[in-house]
Amino acid sequence: MTLSFFDQFSLTTFMGIPLIALALTLPWILFPTPQNRCLNNRLSTLQAWFIRQFTHQLFLPINQGGHKWALLLASLLIFLITLNLLGMLPYTFTPTTQLSMNMGLAIPLWLATVLIGARYQPNHTLAHLLPVGTPGLLIPILIMIETISLFIRPIALGIRLTANLTAGHLLIQLISTAAFHLLFIMPSVSLLTTTLLLLLTILELAVAIIQAYVFVLLVSLYLQESV
Amino acid sequence: MADRPVPLSDKKLMDVKLGELPTWATTGDFTPNGIISAVRRGHDRFFNKYINVKKGGIGGVAMLLTGYVILSYVWEYDHIKHDRWRKYH
Repeated sequence: MTLSFFDQFSLTTFMGIPLIALALTLPWILFPTPQNRCLNNRLSTLQAWFIRQFTHQLFLPINQGGHKWALLLASLLIFLITLNLLGMLPYTFTPTTQLSMNMGLAIPLWLATVLIGARYQPNHTLAHLLPVGTPGLLIPILIMIETISLFIRPIALGIRLTANLTAGHLLIQLISTAAFHLLFIMPSVSLLTTTLLLLLTILELAVAIIQAYVFVLLVSLYLQESV
Repeated sequence: MADRPVPLSDKKLMDVKLGELPTWATTGDFTPNGIISAVRRGHDRFFNKYINVKKGGIGGVAMLLTGYVILSYVWEYDHIKHDRWRKYH
């Protein structure tokens, strides 16, 4: 059977159910509904604190109309962070490595910000296509460039998340294979490779969190322009 | 004084005799509603015992994650066994 480096990202099924079904339901189990009590259990308190901090931070620059998006963006962040971090556990499947899922998240959210801007403030939205203070001769070219950059946003959103996570997982797999096999041939080089692996794992954990945050931040930025 | 006879479906697992185990397993409610309520009951039992406590530690979530890792391994076994059997990587 043909081997490729991307075999770890293919979906496996067991008794007809693909693993992605399990991977997508786990975030809902890990975040219990907060009860309407003064003092919750430690898990709920920690999660509530984190969500409040993040939402406050994210919605500072956005005006009142954009605050309707608070629930959506907060749950999006929690979902992405959990999926990315759970993918670091051994043998687990990371759904965010699939381009289909990331584009499914990126395109509707971006399109919603564009349509809201076009519906409620069409002049203001069109004015975004031309930055303030451009020389007169550059205007036609700049409008084309700004339009292209507007339409590239969803593609960039989806591909950024996919590529970062896929590249990280791939590097970890390759370096760990090298370290393991070098252990029997040249133990000293294997030690070097293992140190590299440790550093890479720490980087991956950071990337997992950061990528989720960047995704949500950019959506909120696009929202800020339109609302 | 002898115990009053209890219907088989009402007995808990620890009280069922070994010979009655297959019949006991078939008495369960396997309708979609029954399965959902069974999952909900199991979830509530786990949640209230390990997570919804005053001083919960890392144990509750760690058990969930370990179970998830083991389940993922079982799910991907057919894919992973080739990596182990392969002679050249």
